[in-house]
Amino acid sequence: MALTPLEVEAIMLSLRVAGWAVLISLPLGIAVAWLLARHRFPGWAVVNGLVHLPLVLPPVVVGFVLLLLLGRQGPLGAWLDDWFGITLAFTWQGAAVAAAVVSFPLMVRAIRLSIEGMDRRLETAARTLGAPPAWVFVSISLPLMAPGVLTGAILAFARCLGEFGATITFVSNIPGETRTLPLALYTYTQVPGGLDGAFRLMVIAIVIAFAALVGSELLARVVRRRLEG
Amino acid sequence: MLTVSARLTRGAFTLDAAFAAEADGVVALFGASGAGKTTLADAIAGLVRPEAGRIALEDRVLFDSETGVNLRPERRRIGYVFQDGRLFPHLSVRGNLLYGHRFAPKDGRYASLERIVTLLGLEALLRRRPGTLSGGERQRVALGRALMAQPELLLMDEPLAALDVPRKAQVIDYIERLRDEIGVPIVFVSHAVDEVARLAGTIVVMAGGRVAAAGPAAEVMARLDLDPLAGIEAAGAVLDATVQRHDAAYGLTELAVAGGILRVPRLRLEPGRSLRVRVRARDVSLATAEPRETSVLNVFRGAVVEIGPRRGASVDVAVDIGARLTARITARSADALGLAPGKEVYALVKSVAVDPASLVQAEQDDA
Repeated sequence: MALTPLEVEAIMLSLRVAGWAVLISLPLGIAVAWLLARHRFPGWAVVNGLVHLPLVLPPVVVGFVLLLLLGRQGPLGAWLDDWFGITLAFTWQGAAVAAAVVSFPLMVRAIRLSIEGMDRRLETAARTLGAPPAWVFVSISLPLMAPGVLTGAILAFARCLGEFGATITFVSNIPGETRTLPLALYTYTQVPGGLDGAFRLMVIAIVIAFAALVGSELLARVVRRRLEG
Repeated sequence: MLTVSARLTRGAFTLDAAFAAEADGVVALFGASGAGKTTLADAIAGLVRPEAGRIALEDRVLFDSETGVNLRPERRRIGYVFQDGRLFPHLSVRGNLLYGHRFAPKDGRYASLERIVTLLGLEALLRRRPGTLSGGERQRVALGRALMAQPELLLMDEPLAALDVPRKAQVIDYIERLRDEIGVPIVFVSHAVDEVARLAGTIVVMAGGRVAAAGPAAEVMARLDLDPLAGIEAAGAVLDATVQRHDAAYGLTELAVAGGILRVPRLRLEPGRSLRVRVRARDVSLATAEPRETSVLNVFRGAVVEIGPRRGASVDVAVDIGARLTARITARSADALGLAPGKEVYALVKSVAVDPASLVQAEQDDA
């Protein structure tokens, strides 16, 4: 089952897009999960709703919103272009942003659960030992919520690998730039004689997804063992 | 000097407590559960904020509602040993011990790691994780961790409550060592009269969110009006004693107390060592003539100081034998003997009744 260079390219691009998407959204995901889990403020329900919106919206709608906001003519897109020379529309970086937005609710949910399940009394104990709140967060809260962060990251990564609708709407289907694995598979199904390629990519997709799940389970076990001693 | 006054309301519960105690040795916050002991301890540590009041340790003001001072917990330098230990599960024992060290002043008053580890017998545990420790080991690590932050006061909230009897005896022995060797002032929250009698120099009795009594341990323990607050079994007296000699043949130890010699079952303590003994009121009986041919070894001559209110069939009688003893006898006997303040009596204390938990040293090794 030899892969063509184009297929290899699509696989590597998918991994890169998903990896970056998770990496950039993780700190924000932790911050938002913390905010939602630990604080009640006016507008809490609005923030909570906004975070979860991508979960219930059709991905195509998300992609279109991104195109309006972050496209070259969009308010945010123009600003990014003027100030930083960053272009997201029709680039693989844009694909990463689309994947990050769509997978964000899953990540926040998992992290938030682990924050809510954490024993806050341990943080109190750390305070009585003289630790300022920021250090308590780094040295106690973060390690204790690590299993949730890990689960959230893996879930988000898997979701990113499968992203289709928002990606094709926002950054199109450009070979070598934005044609990720699902887009490549879809393209194969649209051309005569493409079924062999589609089949190969399907197998690869299943293998990657399965490896991610098994890997996360093993990692979670290691982390849990560290926590429970 | 630790001065505390705090008022706060939580639903139906109101805490309105004030006391001042010399901050050396052990100050016990004593009372039934729900009396507000833990809330008061939390207020001292800065974990709850009173609506009004003032908390100061020596000349350092930790909280003052009038001037708006409210130091954050991490600035108070008050170590807290919680009932459940609360060790950090992701750190080794060593990591737990060192956690507060980086924030402690460099002139560390008490504790180098070596000293704490030796004092609390933690050598073998340093690499272990909290999840693998027994309850007693966990509390010892919690003690060490609090001390390593070089606190100016150590709060202990029922640190023995979750332990079985042998572990309790062992941990209490370690707490005694801290008190005697490290000299950190300790506020010890407990509802167990034996622990309080053994450790505390000063007792603050709490009931219904208020301070019912406060003062030197011997005085407070001998008061007759407190046991309904502290629980009926609590009634008794605390005597300061010195080990005089051992009677190997009969397995007894003679303790010198004010008013005479108290014979108790053999203790593993060196002669000359001083300790506190709690004598429960129900283990003391009274006679108006010197009893002869009795099995009771300890007979003290004294005078009635006070007769407490009648409760059911019994009354508590305070007797001065050089120190104060409390006897719980039936109201019928009190009338039959014609007891009244000033009357000369003999107090009889059964040797086997002397509460071993209040004085026995730990002999068990931790499993």
